[in-house]
Amino acid sequence: MSDLTYKVIVGLEIHVQLNTRTKMFCSCALSFGEEANSRVCPVCLGLPGALPVMNRQAVEYAMLAALALDCPVAEFTKWDRKSYYYPDLPKNYQISQYDLPLGGPGSIEIPLEDGTTKKVRIRRAHLEEDAGKNVHAAGSFSQVDLNRAGTPLLEIVTEPDLNGPEQVRALAVELQRIVRYLGISEADMQKGHMRFEPNVNLVIDRAGQQFKTPIAEVKNLNSFRALERSVAYEIRRQLDDFLETGRTMQMGNKSTRGWNDVHEATVLQREKEEAHDYRYFPDPDLVPVVTTRQWLDEIRSRLCELPLQRQVRYVQAYGLSEYDAGVLTGDRSTADFFEQAVGSGGDPKRICNLLTQVGLKLANERGRDLLGLGLEPNAVATLAGMIDQGVISASAGNTILQAMVETGKKPETLAQELNLVQKSDAGELEGIVDQVLKENAAAAADVVAGGKKSQKARGFLLGQVMQKTKGQANPKVVSEILNRKLR
Amino acid sequence: MPVHDLTAMELRDRIAAGQVSSVEATRAVLDRIDRLDPVVGAYLSILPERALETAKEVDRKIAAGEPVGTLAGVPIAIKDVLCTSFGTTTCGSRILQNFHSPYDATVVRKLLDADAIIVGKTNMDEFAMGSSTENSGLRKTVNPWDTSRVPGGSSGGSTAAMAARMCFAALGSDTGGSIRQPASFCGVVGLKPTYGRVSRYGLVAYGSSLDQIGPIAGTVADAALLLSVIAGHDPADSTSVDEKAAPAGDYLAGLNEPVEGLKIGIASAFNAGAEPAIQKAIGEAVDDYREAGAEIVEVDMPHLDYAIAAYYVIATAEASSNLARYDGVHYGYRSENANDYIEVYTKSREEAFGKEVKRRIMLGTYALSSGYYDAYYLKALKVRNLIRGDFVRAFERCDCLMMPAAPTTAFQIGEKVDDPLKMYLADIYTVAVNLAGIPGISIPCGFDAAGLPIGLQILTPAFSEAKLLRIARMYEARTNWHTRKPVGLE
Repeated sequence: MSDLTYKVIVGLEIHVQLNTRTKMFCSCALSFGEEANSRVCPVCLGLPGALPVMNRQAVEYAMLAALALDCPVAEFTKWDRKSYYYPDLPKNYQISQYDLPLGGPGSIEIPLEDGTTKKVRIRRAHLEEDAGKNVHAAGSFSQVDLNRAGTPLLEIVTEPDLNGPEQVRALAVELQRIVRYLGISEADMQKGHMRFEPNVNLVIDRAGQQFKTPIAEVKNLNSFRALERSVAYEIRRQLDDFLETGRTMQMGNKSTRGWNDVHEATVLQREKEEAHDYRYFPDPDLVPVVTTRQWLDEIRSRLCELPLQRQVRYVQAYGLSEYDAGVLTGDRSTADFFEQAVGSGGDPKRICNLLTQVGLKLANERGRDLLGLGLEPNAVATLAGMIDQGVISASAGNTILQAMVETGKKPETLAQELNLVQKSDAGELEGIVDQVLKENAAAAADVVAGGKKSQKARGFLLGQVMQKTKGQANPKVVSEILNRKLR
Repeated sequence: MPVHDLTAMELRDRIAAGQVSSVEATRAVLDRIDRLDPVVGAYLSILPERALETAKEVDRKIAAGEPVGTLAGVPIAIKDVLCTSFGTTTCGSRILQNFHSPYDATVVRKLLDADAIIVGKTNMDEFAMGSSTENSGLRKTVNPWDTSRVPGGSSGGSTAAMAARMCFAALGSDTGGSIRQPASFCGVVGLKPTYGRVSRYGLVAYGSSLDQIGPIAGTVADAALLLSVIAGHDPADSTSVDEKAAPAGDYLAGLNEPVEGLKIGIASAFNAGAEPAIQKAIGEAVDDYREAGAEIVEVDMPHLDYAIAAYYVIATAEASSNLARYDGVHYGYRSENANDYIEVYTKSREEAFGKEVKRRIMLGTYALSSGYYDAYYLKALKVRNLIRGDFVRAFERCDCLMMPAAPTTAFQIGEKVDDPLKMYLADIYTVAVNLAGIPGISIPCGFDAAGLPIGLQILTPAFSEAKLLRIARMYEARTNWHTRKPVGLE
């Protein structure tokens, strides 16, 4: 074993469901959880004589995604029929894009665990319609639900540039963040809005000799966890298989595997890659799509700063930690809120703390996003300013933010109402300090004497002052007075 | 004159004037169907109750002085390739024998909006694949001029119904000549509009890039009337042409005005393939135009010889995909002998599709298969472009082309069923027009020695149907072939 090293090679196919108002080629609304076959029409049922009509919004969403993934958008693209028979495919062909995909090649930047980023090449991005669902409920028959048939999907194919389960996951998460930022997909994993198919194999180096294991494609993964674990599993399985059988990649020995969530293992579905002949040809029912420069410019103008760029900017410009910047850029509305608050004059770090420690926690508890809390960015900026100016303490700031969410009142009002304004009047505080020093002469002497006990005695005195002021004394001012008096 | 001998226009005007009721005309048609159709076999289904009810409603509207549509009260037959939300839509196939469409084709909607009376749905070659209507999986149709002969196809039911005056006009569909060739066999007018002129929504697809719906009528004016109703852009059909690019019009306006300085193009070498009687009739028709002041120019159409080959690759390739949906899973015929879902596919299709449909699915599947795609499908597309170019160049020198609609007159039933290649050649004068996407019409221009009708085919550039109809009307106005009716049926 010791003379054996290996490199993991993974390419990923991702299907992203676009959140258009209607299906890809008909005017049925997109569906989730409705009664079976209730969101269908002659077109998505594939009835005789029905004809598809392209959904322009879906094309524009795909163009937006292509631009975000640095994929040139094809000037001329078309629709092709991909033929195969399956009960959930009503026409027995799927309308897809074959030799002229809408976008590609391009790339996506993903964050790595060490804080650096990696560029993964995108081979292509194209649009297609989803199939329905076969339902095996009971008995000796199956049923077909075609509500999902015709839903627009963006298929993104990466080059085999990913070198481990963590990277595969990072790409998936980053892509989710991007499509949500662009507003083109809810990317809700629970609803199957993103489905992954990793192609995995290993390049093994043994005693200076290289071996490639047969590629396995794991089908239809719909969670980040399943994606990451299935790749990890495949690495172990392929390594074991190689050590046991010495089997290497040959023409046609790519296999297809499924993921068993219960056993946390991939399961063989097809041993040999079947010689599928999809008999692609241009769909004569649809006209080609010509993307004019004007149209493309219009779409480009809708492009926003991508999450990872934003994250890096927050670290560099605002001095936030990687972690905090990642949290704030997790979704676009949070990041926008943050920037609006910063734009209103608040200190970025202070605002970041308020949002990450209180705002997002409250939003999470209430099952909404930050915007759903009804906070005004400039009110949060004001609150941050009050902390920085010593009007209130940092912990009082957290209390006030929570009260803002609960009452909708202004931070200044709440600071008064909740009695959280700090006493910073040196004259008033000096009297209290004098009293404390009088009552605790021994401790005062310890401070003046210096040495081992000094630090502890000083803290004690400060605490006494805070106690007398019911925590409202500005500790900075009290500290200064103590320093002056106990010199 | 008995009511059934009126043209659609005449009938419409008399109904509007209160001289004839729509119920009367509809009854007359239904009576004739009762009497003649057991012999002719033109209809797959008749809709008497519905037709009479609609007719009654039109009569009521007219009596009440309410506005009515341009086909108000006129009984019309439609080919059973068009989806109707009433009755069945079978495509002449056992696989759809009991299929009920939940929606109406756009053209059906337009006919109904124009207050037409749909009396029934006509027989056809299964999925419009054929040139004699013998490929119907449901019924045999004969030629009203000679009941031992075929009516042509695939719209043979519609043309036979028209010839036997079992309707006042009809709709057909034309993928490779399926309106024009049977129109010529049955001595009626058949028009294939430009591809994109009429919405295909609700037309059960055979070859999607070639299919086009068109009128079948007793006169050129009736064809123009029907086209005016069904033409126009449809947002449900992406391939239907934008009104801004080529507006559909009122094809009756100016129909009787002759085209001044008409230049007719003739491809002599190509026309020489037709039977002598047909060549003679076409020659005489062209002479008639010449006498009326037209100039004749000889045109060269070097690629027409490859049209049949290209057509049978492209049409079957598209058909192999279009017909994949008939699988016994969702609707239509399902085999009772299937043991698993794969057998639901294979046995349903094996048991319910006819021989010609299977043949074309096989041909098309082969043409699209990896390794053969370039040599067949792609090559055929290139030929298609060359043929388009032939027409473009020809139309630089003339207003229209004239040629036979078919190389023969109606042939005997059974004569070509065992020889598919011979049958395919029946389309030699029509398929190129579908490949080029241009409009074409067949109008009656004489009879052969056996008394069988001959059709003159006229072709013009894309979206020039108005001119095409005017040119056809010039000849019709000078001749009376279109007034002859088959004898012996009554």
